[in-house]
Amino acid sequence: MELAIDVSGLNKHFGDKHVVRDLSLQVREGEIYGFLGPNGSGKTTSIRMLCGLLTPDSGSGRCLGYDVLTQSAEIKRQVGYMTQKFSLWDDLTIAENLDFVARMFGMRGRREAVDRALDDLGLAGRRHQLAGTLSGGWKQRLALAACLLHQPRLLLLDEPTAGVDPKARRDFWEEIHRLSASGITILVSTHYMDEAERCHRLAYLSYGNLLAAGTASEVIAAQQLATWELSGPDVTGLGEALRQLPGVEQVASFGARLHVSGSDAALLQPALERFCRERGLRLAQVDSTLEDVFIQLMRHRPDPFEAAS
Amino acid sequence: MRRFTVFHLSLQRWLGIVVKEFIQLKRDRLTFGMIIGIPIIQLLLFGFAINSDPKHLPTAVVMAEASPFARAYLAAMRNSDYFDLVGSVESEAEAARLLDRGDVQFVVTFPPGFQRALVRGEQPSLLVEADATDPVAAGSAISVLNHLGNEVFTPDLPGFHPQGKQLIELRLHKRYNPEGITAYNIVPGLMGVILTMTMVLMTGLAMTRERERGTFENLLATPATPLEVMTGKIVPYILIGLIQVSLVLLAARWVFDVPMLGSLVLLYAVVLLFICANLTLGITFSSIARNQLQAMQMTFFFFLPSILLSGFMFPFRGMPEWAQVIGNCLPLTHFLVLVRGILLKGNDVSLLWPQVWPILAFMAVVLGVGLKTFRRTLD
Repeated sequence: MELAIDVSGLNKHFGDKHVVRDLSLQVREGEIYGFLGPNGSGKTTSIRMLCGLLTPDSGSGRCLGYDVLTQSAEIKRQVGYMTQKFSLWDDLTIAENLDFVARMFGMRGRREAVDRALDDLGLAGRRHQLAGTLSGGWKQRLALAACLLHQPRLLLLDEPTAGVDPKARRDFWEEIHRLSASGITILVSTHYMDEAERCHRLAYLSYGNLLAAGTASEVIAAQQLATWELSGPDVTGLGEALRQLPGVEQVASFGARLHVSGSDAALLQPALERFCRERGLRLAQVDSTLEDVFIQLMRHRPDPFEAAS
Repeated sequence: MRRFTVFHLSLQRWLGIVVKEFIQLKRDRLTFGMIIGIPIIQLLLFGFAINSDPKHLPTAVVMAEASPFARAYLAAMRNSDYFDLVGSVESEAEAARLLDRGDVQFVVTFPPGFQRALVRGEQPSLLVEADATDPVAAGSAISVLNHLGNEVFTPDLPGFHPQGKQLIELRLHKRYNPEGITAYNIVPGLMGVILTMTMVLMTGLAMTRERERGTFENLLATPATPLEVMTGKIVPYILIGLIQVSLVLLAARWVFDVPMLGSLVLLYAVVLLFICANLTLGITFSSIARNQLQAMQMTFFFFLPSILLSGFMFPFRGMPEWAQVIGNCLPLTHFLVLVRGILLKGNDVSLLWPQVWPILAFMAVVLGVGLKTFRRTLD
C-alpha cells in the first residue's frame, strides 16, 4: 500500500524547547489516522511540519511523494489544513471566504466550485452571512469545506471538533469517513477517545516522543494493562484508599463505579479481591479502554515542563 | 450597621490590581521601551535639533566684478553666521537652477561697477534672491542683510553718507512665496504628514490583524508567496492614499489658494512613490510587530522624527549636522522638497532625481528587511 506520509527522525526546537523529538510516522493512503497526546505534546507542531508551514530542524521524509524539507510549495497545493482555531475571516461572508480560498489555490472554475461547496454544506441560502456570526458547529463545517475546496489528497485536521456539540461531531465524522472512502488520506488530532476509536490507526505523542502506534486494539494490547471495575453502594470515597494498594496505578470514577488499572495483574488482583471482600463490593475484570491506556502512557511520561518547575 | 460597599475600598484588592498592571507593563518590552524612549527622543529633538532661527544657510554668489568691497561684503555675510558661501556661479540662469533645486537658500548678485558706484556714493544695488517657500527659514537672515551694508562700508567710507542714508540699495527678491504666506509651505507639507501617518499605520495594522486573529496561519497554508501577500495587501491603501492627496490638493487650491505651478501628473507620480515607500514601511512594521498595539507604537516612533526632523515643522537647515543626517534618511524630508518644488517653484522632472533616489533607497532597504522578517513559515 502506498504511503501518503512517510517521515522519520523529524525534530523541531523553539528556542531551547525540544517540541518534537525524532518523530517517525507512516500514514497509508486513504486511511484515517488519529493523532493523540496531551496538551502541548507537539501535535500541532508536527502537523504544521507535515504541511509545510514549519521547516523541521532535522529529519527527512515525504508527504504525498514530496520532500517535506524542500518541496513545501508542492505539498501545500495538495494538502487541506484545518487549524485548531477557526481561522477564516470573520468579516467576510461565507461565500467570500470560500471564493478567497479558491483564488489562493489558483483554482479553475472557481465560481462553480464555490457554489458546489455551498450546496454541499447546505449554506447556499446563507451565502451572504458573515462567517463571524456562525455558530461553532457551522464554523467548523465551513472550515472543512474551505480546506476541501481545492480537492486535496491529504487532509490535516487539528482538533477539528473542539467545542462542537455531539450531533455536529457525529455528522462531522460521517463526513470524514465518506472522504476517506473516496480515497483522501486524513490525519486528525483529537482529545476525544470516541473519536480516536473511529480512526483506522492511531499514534500517541507525548512531549515530542511517539509512544505508541497502531490500531486501537493494538495500542491497547501493547500496554498490557489490566483493569477491574468496582461497584457497590458507596464507592465514591474509596479512591485514596485504593491508590495505596500494591500494583494500583490508576483509579478513575464513573458515577457509582470505579475503574482500577495496573500493569502487574498478578500483584493487583489478590489485593483488589481482599479489598472488595472487606467492604462488600462487587469486582469484575473489564477490558482496558483507550482512555485507560492513554492515562497510563501519560503517567510514564510526565510533563517535562511540570517536572522542571 | 450597613456598609456602603460602593465606596468601600479594599487595600489588598486595590494593590493587587496595581501590582498586576506593573507586571504586565514589564512584560510588554516594546511599550516599556516606548515609555523610556519617547521622552528621551523628544528631549533630544526639541532640545538640540530644533532651531527656528536657522543659520549657515547655503548661499551662492554671482560676481560681475571681484572688487575688494564686494569681497568685504561677502566676508561680513559669512561672519554673520547666517550665510555659508557655497560657491560662486557664472550666470544668473545657473543661480536660478540652484534655487529651484533647493541647493541654496540665497543667491547674491554683485552688479558690474559695484565698487565704483559705491565709492561715488551712487547707492549701487545689490540683488539678493531668497528661496522663501518656507518664510520662517529665510526670515532672520533677511533681516540681518538689511543692516549689513552700512555696517561693512561705513568705516571705509567715512563722511560719505548722511545720517540714515543707505550706502547700497538692497533689492530683495523673495522667490516662490513673495508674500511669505505660511499656508503655501504648510499645506503641501501636510499632504506628506497625513500620508506618512495613515499609510504606515493602516498597513501596519492590516497584517498584524491577520496574525492576531489567527487568519494568518490560513493564509500561510495556501501556496501564496510572501511577495504576493505583501504587495497584494498594499494596493488598496495606494488608492486610499491617492484619494487623501486629492482631497488635500483640492483644499489647497480652493481654500488656501496655494499656487500650483508644476505639472499635476508629475506631482501624482511623486506622491505615488512616497505612498509606496510608506506602505513598504507599514508592511515591514507589521511583520515585526506581534500585535496591533505594537504596530501602532512603532508607527508613532517613526512618525515623531518624521514630523520634527523633516523640515515640516521647523526649518531643515536650522538643525545640527547629525539631525540633518537623520532627517535625510526619512522619506518625508525628500517628499517635502519635491512637493514644494513642483507646486511652488514649478520644477520639472529634470530637477527631481536628487530627492527621488533617497526615497527609492529607503524603500529598497525597508523592503529587504520586511521580506527577511516576513515569516513564510511560522517559526
